[in-house]
Amino acid sequence: MCLGVPGRVQRWIDRDPLTGLAEIDFGGVRRTCHMACVPEAIEGDFVLVHAGVALTIVDAEAARRTLEDLERLTAEPSGESTP
Amino acid sequence: MSDSAPVWQPACPPLASHDGERITLAYGEGGRLTRRLIQDRIVARFGNATLAALGDAALIDLPAGRCAMTTDGYTVTPLFFPGGDIGRLAVYGTVNDLVVSGARPRFLSLAMVIEEGLPWEVLDRVLDSVRDALDATGVQLVTGDTKVVPREAVDQLFLTTTGIGEVIQPLAGPAGLRAGDEILVSGPIGRHGAAVLCAREEFGFDPPPLSDCGPLTRPIEALWHADLPVRCLRDATRGGVAAVLHEWSAVAGLGITVASALLPVSADVRAVCELLGLEPLHLACEGTFVAAVAGGQAQRTLDVMRANGCPAAAVIGEVTTARSTPARLRTTAGREIPLDEPAGSPLPRIC
Amino acid sequence: MKYLDEYRAPEAITASLDRIRRKCSRRWVVMDVCGGQTHSLLKHGLEPALEESLELLHGPGCPVCVTPAAVLDAATSLSLERRVTLSSFGDMLRVPGRSGSLLQARARGGDVRTVYSPLDAVDWAVRHPEREVVFLAVGFETTAPATALAILQAQRSAVRNFSVLAHHVRVEPAMRQIAADPAGRVQGFLAAGHVCTVTGYEEYHAFARETGLPVVVTGFEPLDLLQGLETCVELLESGRSEVVNAYARCARPEGNPHAKRLLDAVFRVADVPWRGLGVIPSGGLKIHSSLAKLDACERFGLTASDVEETSGECRSGEVLTGRLKPPDCPLFGNGCTPDTPRGAPMVSSEGACAAYFRYALSGGRAHV
Repeated sequence: MCLGVPGRVQRWIDRDPLTGLAEIDFGGVRRTCHMACVPEAIEGDFVLVHAGVALTIVDAEAARRTLEDLERLTAEPSGESTP
Repeated sequence: MSDSAPVWQPACPPLASHDGERITLAYGEGGRLTRRLIQDRIVARFGNATLAALGDAALIDLPAGRCAMTTDGYTVTPLFFPGGDIGRLAVYGTVNDLVVSGARPRFLSLAMVIEEGLPWEVLDRVLDSVRDALDATGVQLVTGDTKVVPREAVDQLFLTTTGIGEVIQPLAGPAGLRAGDEILVSGPIGRHGAAVLCAREEFGFDPPPLSDCGPLTRPIEALWHADLPVRCLRDATRGGVAAVLHEWSAVAGLGITVASALLPVSADVRAVCELLGLEPLHLACEGTFVAAVAGGQAQRTLDVMRANGCPAAAVIGEVTTARSTPARLRTTAGREIPLDEPAGSPLPRIC
Repeated sequence: MKYLDEYRAPEAITASLDRIRRKCSRRWVVMDVCGGQTHSLLKHGLEPALEESLELLHGPGCPVCVTPAAVLDAATSLSLERRVTLSSFGDMLRVPGRSGSLLQARARGGDVRTVYSPLDAVDWAVRHPEREVVFLAVGFETTAPATALAILQAQRSAVRNFSVLAHHVRVEPAMRQIAADPAGRVQGFLAAGHVCTVTGYEEYHAFARETGLPVVVTGFEPLDLLQGLETCVELLESGRSEVVNAYARCARPEGNPHAKRLLDAVFRVADVPWRGLGVIPSGGLKIHSSLAKLDACERFGLTASDVEETSGECRSGEVLTGRLKPPDCPLFGNGCTPDTPRGAPMVSSEGACAAYFRYALSGGRAHV
């Protein structure tokens, strides 16, 4: 379940805590999404959107660490990963 | 062509009264109003000697040799969608069916079933599109039919076109496929399906995906001029590229493998497919074709396609020996999996 | 697209597959409980690539599949009422209840619309005040905040022609039921990453302690799934029944407090039936009685019957709990196909049986 797609917060449209809206960019296609779950998001953040609702801000730092780990492991195929 | 009295009658003097904003049943009942519709809106737009004769049948001259003939009904909601409309679709769809069969399209018929109450303005826009598409392909409209039916008997407007063309390039068809043949597509896939789905369901994507609705005459005639060893061609309409691959592999009794990393997909279709959980290979195209050429000829074919209006043409896979699952997809992970055969129209997923 | 393409890099996938194969000293049995993960594992060809090293089971992770036929029957009969427009996610339209699917109801004259978001159904209701708009809401805790938001926005704007037929389910109680099965074979779980985005994963610590099974919070892209599996294998190999988050960019221990507040404002935890599994204690969410005007059950006086609807020979309960692999069911591909489903997991493309059928994991038996 739960198709979630990351998109970039392009601009806030409505800051209301319940009806908050922002324009989100998904690789060139934009859609207005509901922001009640991510009121702290700022323009430029990536948010995970499910069924038109942004569910969380994608943690850029955590993503970077994961990818670095993966790159390191891929570069040294014999290396052991740390859990 | 029609079970009613001759419909397209010689010209009569236009009536003084105004047609009103909407089409009424009276315009389909074969009398004066029907004649006026045909004269003012059809003959005036498409006037050529054959059509203007308005006989029960069009009398046409065909060259000696084989002809190709095809017919197709067109229903689409909404009638106008980003990148096209039902008028262009009805001309290009039939023209493309002829072109991929190795024929040069020559003549077209157009039958319209109109829902009572359709605004004249809508019909005029559609007919203008039909004219533009005919002009773009050099095809003559030579006969047709018009019906007006009560509300809700059809959804606004249904078109049926029949096309006749002269065969200029005999093709082996999918039965002529051989292991080692290469599979190409002429451009980004799935654009029409994505455009119509988003327009119909009002999913609110901006910019909306654009349909690829357009003629295939130029790149395909260029393939004939280049004398390439083309086995078969197909425009990837309903069911998308996946449906073509399934059909070809079934007819040929061979496997076909395409690689997901090689598929040309436009950024808008990509985003829509990610958001709605759809597979671009399953979405319809209306101006993109699949080609199979003999092994080793893919690069030459690509060069010709790219030089003739298909800059994003790509080699996507190859024909293989028979497999238990005939149509296969090589994933980005380098694994081969069966390519799902589309069933029914694509529905967006939330799961 | 950023945060998708990086997690599909072929070289990293190959390297991950190699590492997992190397790390498995035996063939571990790992279950995912999210249809999106099932779909992704099969669509990217990862499951067959790991066949020798891991036995992957696909739990009741498809809310579409576990929605009881009685709920679908209520939705189809509502869609046939004169003023009602029934809207739902595209996934729900092909799923058969006992009186057919919503697509079939549409063919009989029902007014059925596909929406991308429940909030779009509220907008549609505002624009069509003459219609009575009902949104059929299904899904795990991932989707429930969107439904909650739709209900609260409709309440605030006093939209009088909108209501929700809700069957939201909770994942953790279903995992408990599977873990408690004496015939169960699951040795480790991949927890559903987007569910954890909302709920967090603190409750899994007690789960792992009590069941002795490791839980890895896992995302959906190929490298996310492989990272989840690799972590799970490491835990299994070292005998640790712990909770590890392998989806840190989207899931945090505490989840999303705003989303949880939305859920609390609209829903209460309840015992609800899962198709194929029966009633699961605390296994779902029901709309608070204070919001009865927006609850289609109250508004239309619906009483969902509790009759178990799985057809006689269908063994979907065993498939959903991991006791039976789909191709081992005698009906699989033999009267039960995605076009003619006999049980829940064959109905949606995320269902375990349908996924196995489409990707011919029986070695092609289904695709003659």
